[in-house]
Amino acid sequence: MTWLVAGPIVVPLSAAVVTGFLMGYGGIQRLVSLCSGIALFGTAVALLTNVWNEGVTAAQIGNWPSPFGITLVADHLSAVLVLITAIIALAAIVYSFEDIERRGLATVLHPLLHALMAGVCGAFLAGDIFNLYVWFEVMLIASIGLLVVGGTRAQLDASVRYAALSLIATTLLLTGIGLLYGLTGTLNMADLHLRVQEVENEGLLTVIAVIFIVAFGIKSAVFPLFFWLPASYHTPKVTVSAVFSGLLTKVGVYALMRVFTLIFTNDIGYTHEILLWVAGFTMVTGVLGAASRNDLRRILSFHIVSQIGYMIMGLALYTPLGLLGGIFYTVHHIIVKANLFFVAGAIRRFGGSSRLARLGGLYRDAPLLAALFFIPAFSLAGFPPLSGFWAKFLLIRASMDVHEYAIAATALAVGLLTAYSMTKIWLNAFWKGRPEDAMPTRPPSRSEGFFLLAPVVGLAAITLAIGLYVQPFYELAERAAQELMHPAEYVGAVLGEDAVSGAGPSPAGPGGSGN
Amino acid sequence: MEKASARVPLYSRLVVALPAGLFVWFASMVPSVAGGEAQFASIGWLPQLGVDLAFHVDGLGLLFALLITGVGTFILLYASEYMRGHPQVGRFTAFLVAFMLSMLGVVLSDNLIVLFVFWELTTLTSFLLIGYSHGDSAARRAALQSLIVTGAGALAMLAGFVLLGNAAGSYSLREMLAGDSDLAGHPAYVAMLVLVLAGAFTKSAQFPFHFWLPNAMAAPTPVSAYLHSATMVKAGVFLLARLNPVLGGTDEWGMTLTGFGAFTAVYSAAVALTRTDLKQILAYTTLMALGVCVMFIGLPQSRGADEVPLGAVAAVAFVFVHALYKAPLFMVAGTIDHSAGTRDIRSLGGLRKAMPWSLLAAALAALSMSGVPPFAGFVGKEILYSSAIGSTYGVAATAAIVTANAMIVSAALLVVAVPFLGQSPATRPTPHEGRWPMWIGSLVLGVAALGAGLFPRLAFEWLLLPAAGAVAGRQPHFEASLWHGFNLPFALSVVTLSAGALAYWQRNRLTGALGSALARLPVTGDSAYDWLMNGIARVSVVHTRIVQCGIQRRYLLIVFATLGASVLTTLVVKGVIAWPARIPDVSFVEWLLAILIAASALVTIRSHSRLMAIVALGVVGTGIALIFLLHGASDVAMTQLMVETLVVVIVAMVLLKLPGFRREVRQTGLGRWRDAIVSCVVGLTTTLVLLAVTAEPSHRRLTEYFQKTAVPEGFGANVVNVILVDFRGLDTLGEISVLALAAVSAYTLINWRPRRSARAAARSKAFPEAEGAAKPETLS
Repeated sequence: MTWLVAGPIVVPLSAAVVTGFLMGYGGIQRLVSLCSGIALFGTAVALLTNVWNEGVTAAQIGNWPSPFGITLVADHLSAVLVLITAIIALAAIVYSFEDIERRGLATVLHPLLHALMAGVCGAFLAGDIFNLYVWFEVMLIASIGLLVVGGTRAQLDASVRYAALSLIATTLLLTGIGLLYGLTGTLNMADLHLRVQEVENEGLLTVIAVIFIVAFGIKSAVFPLFFWLPASYHTPKVTVSAVFSGLLTKVGVYALMRVFTLIFTNDIGYTHEILLWVAGFTMVTGVLGAASRNDLRRILSFHIVSQIGYMIMGLALYTPLGLLGGIFYTVHHIIVKANLFFVAGAIRRFGGSSRLARLGGLYRDAPLLAALFFIPAFSLAGFPPLSGFWAKFLLIRASMDVHEYAIAATALAVGLLTAYSMTKIWLNAFWKGRPEDAMPTRPPSRSEGFFLLAPVVGLAAITLAIGLYVQPFYELAERAAQELMHPAEYVGAVLGEDAVSGAGPSPAGPGGSGN
Repeated sequence: MEKASARVPLYSRLVVALPAGLFVWFASMVPSVAGGEAQFASIGWLPQLGVDLAFHVDGLGLLFALLITGVGTFILLYASEYMRGHPQVGRFTAFLVAFMLSMLGVVLSDNLIVLFVFWELTTLTSFLLIGYSHGDSAARRAALQSLIVTGAGALAMLAGFVLLGNAAGSYSLREMLAGDSDLAGHPAYVAMLVLVLAGAFTKSAQFPFHFWLPNAMAAPTPVSAYLHSATMVKAGVFLLARLNPVLGGTDEWGMTLTGFGAFTAVYSAAVALTRTDLKQILAYTTLMALGVCVMFIGLPQSRGADEVPLGAVAAVAFVFVHALYKAPLFMVAGTIDHSAGTRDIRSLGGLRKAMPWSLLAAALAALSMSGVPPFAGFVGKEILYSSAIGSTYGVAATAAIVTANAMIVSAALLVVAVPFLGQSPATRPTPHEGRWPMWIGSLVLGVAALGAGLFPRLAFEWLLLPAAGAVAGRQPHFEASLWHGFNLPFALSVVTLSAGALAYWQRNRLTGALGSALARLPVTGDSAYDWLMNGIARVSVVHTRIVQCGIQRRYLLIVFATLGASVLTTLVVKGVIAWPARIPDVSFVEWLLAILIAASALVTIRSHSRLMAIVALGVVGTGIALIFLLHGASDVAMTQLMVETLVVVIVAMVLLKLPGFRREVRQTGLGRWRDAIVSCVVGLTTTLVLLAVTAEPSHRRLTEYFQKTAVPEGFGANVVNVILVDFRGLDTLGEISVLALAAVSAYTLINWRPRRSARAAARSKAFPEAEGAAKPETLS
């Protein structure tokens, strides 16, 4: 079991090393990279299967008993996110074959990409809060490296902004961890779940919780801490921005979901209320930012911010259905958002620009591209029968079940504005005639057609599949949410069943969810 | 536009078989449904939340399904000819068929959420179809407008459905109808009502949301005839009819529906007369029809509850009658447009000779529209009148419906009499009759209108009464007949026809008066929409310019301010500001170090020399290392010292190589104070939290375990080393990776030649903006 749980870290880390040594051997490096991507996917599938059948799976690294050593834990949430990560990684690798030069320094993309995947998977699997911090650092450095692949001025500018603001988050996270350790004497998250219940100074715990909100808030780009994201995501190579858009902020969201269900549940009325407000403001500010932009990737970047709000909303509601909705939304969003960045890259390639004013006529000239944009775009806007509809519906239902009407109204209104900015792209890039001075659109070559569009087709198919055949995905999210609401299984898997008997189930949320 | 020589693609003819087949299939259900046996089929979709793909064919659903497939058959046939030679016919046909299936889904769904899914699918397909002429900015605007308006309503409706489902305990319409949950008495009843009505009114274009429908006429005529007249816009009416037994029967329901419906009917009938574009006239008469349907669904009857639910019968009959005359008129309008090259009635006339079949079809439809006996329109109108007379708003409702109908009579004359019978303008090219697919459908529907008028009992017993039964929630006993004798409704019919003819005769004076009255309206829906959309655009730009200003320093400031404010607030609110219970013994040396550190920090901030600042920062780090040393953490102190030394050396080297920053702005005055306050707050709160944590009892469980097991199990005498490489080896692996990654990144960055590859250069020559597309935010 240990190797299975550690696999999603070991595979990409090894791949990073091997592809690192293969820089300059274009073809072989690509082959190895692709195989590693497939291997990661296989590992992720195996892990999810195992968790589905056996429940929460923990691995004690170095065989030191928890809470003394480091534990890796895969519950349904972690396993699902690892699988999505693997899917995005695979799509990105295929896409990069056309997006990134075959030789030269740009091939540093592959080692960095795999290292990033190791960081992301590590963060999803970490059962130890300091270990979580370490994976955040791996992600940070790998992402800074990826951000500058290509080396244009805009990228350097973006990387400075990204690095500076992210480093604050990392430092803050470390501070929070230190304080939490000082208060409880442990780093193991399952153990923390038990130890925080013994802390007498609950107010102090809440203060530390707020520090974690800020730290992970920067990482997940919530209001008012999101500046780094719109300042950087539009600059790197398309492959890179697609991976970032899909995964980076979602690790922050995951971390919030983890610690605010497992550790900081002592003062839900305070912390989760903050999160709810944050969620609302994040949705609104992000969607307004998107409405103000006229460049494909900038529009899409701001939408990430907006949609982080929905995920946080699910967590903030802290009901089984709310969390379920948040998890469902996260998975849907990763697939759709990465796909939209891939499509934006293809639009730029075939249409010659990513600025709306310079685009046009693609509906006539590139109908396949139009269809491939339409699916994720309207899924993002929450139109049925695509995945985004269910994600939105679950959250609306969850919030209305507990009479949080204000956030439900906000979510619906923001959904409409999302539709507005997706149609803005549609009208300008696809329907509008090509501007007089623009070059004619360029038909894709065969290689472009395959490598750029195959990942897009695959991800669009997943979006459709979730939309049309929603039940299994719902069930997966339901299990994940149940585990978050009732951490006993998680704690039991990490510390042994004896430890759980001492701890009651976590306090119930502000209201149950009725079916 | 039209290329008469172009071939009609085979698929666009073959696809007609689909609605035709479905029509026959639905028609075969008529006897059993009329006998009270509803068909039902269901498969699970998301059963955990009560969302099932459940379909239910009852009287109301079946009536709509027959209209959708029946009219759809002729529309697709018409479209195959109309779109001859146009580009993208394949997509057009696919969207049209997709729309038809979605619309069937709306009217047959038993589950509210499934109904919503299909509802949105009709919105999407309508969007794609309105934007068919996407090169035209008016078409794009109309497409977006319809999407935004109906989309907004739909979102409200979704919220309403969730409330409704929670209140009723199910999303299933059958269960809601069967259950005895008293929704009217539910505390959220008004909210449900408002939200659901928002969806229905936007979709069915009730005032003040009506404006999108006339604009949607930018779509090709088959689309206008089908979606924006016969079917999709009726979805709102359908929903109201469907939910009438669930939500209806209250004063709120009756007043709202009657009020909005009546106003929409009268207002849009008046506007119809002022238009000169055939499709615009027809669009406004469609609005009138929708208003009438909404009004009569809600119209409360004053007679006892055991009496016939006349309002429901009237609404259902009118839906049926309207579909039979409006689709033909639209199709004829399209044919006129095709053959005469214009739709403006001011330049049309005398088409009767060239287009006899179209004239016949149009005449049949117009007679039905005017309510001339023995057409179905007459029967429908009689029921409308008797229902209005018998309602609680008797006089007002009757006045409204008679006025609206009179204007509709004039509109019918405008649409048919002017182009076909009027003077033929000299300058026109010779018009010609369209090919048979362009008039056969109109003719058949017109004949059907006549047939339904001649044999009303047939239509009512098989189709309309079962539908009205579903609307009313009980089976009405109603004897339909063409002739009711000389009674008040008949008198009103005569008044309507004469008033309509009079208005047509005096149309120039009337339209002038109406036009100037309408022009005096301060706001139109269209201008309000523009105002709102521009407002959103402007707000978003201003908002984003403020929050995402592009100044890194401000970003940092906001992040730190957020941190300081939130943590400080929490400290105060939760009352955890506490000094440690025991004041720790601070030695003289420690005080000295503390002062040294603080002083160096100050120097770092104040210094104008970069070198000085970095050296001072080094002193801070060294001071901290010394504190570690004083507390016996020699490993940590050593690491800290090495890091500090390296940082100072490297940064100093880099700084010496760097040119002076251009455009560097230093904060002055208030800005400096603001920065000082924020940093002090962050420093203070961190200190306070730290003090509070140290005041808590300390835990030594991990330390004790590590000390105990390091030698016997970890085989290392240095506990720190064992922790690093064994107990927490995975962390170290991660940290090593971080270093390696940093090295790789730095290596590539340094070696990156800022020249473009040949391919990139070629591409950027082809698309000069490709490289410049991503402009950096200004760094300051």
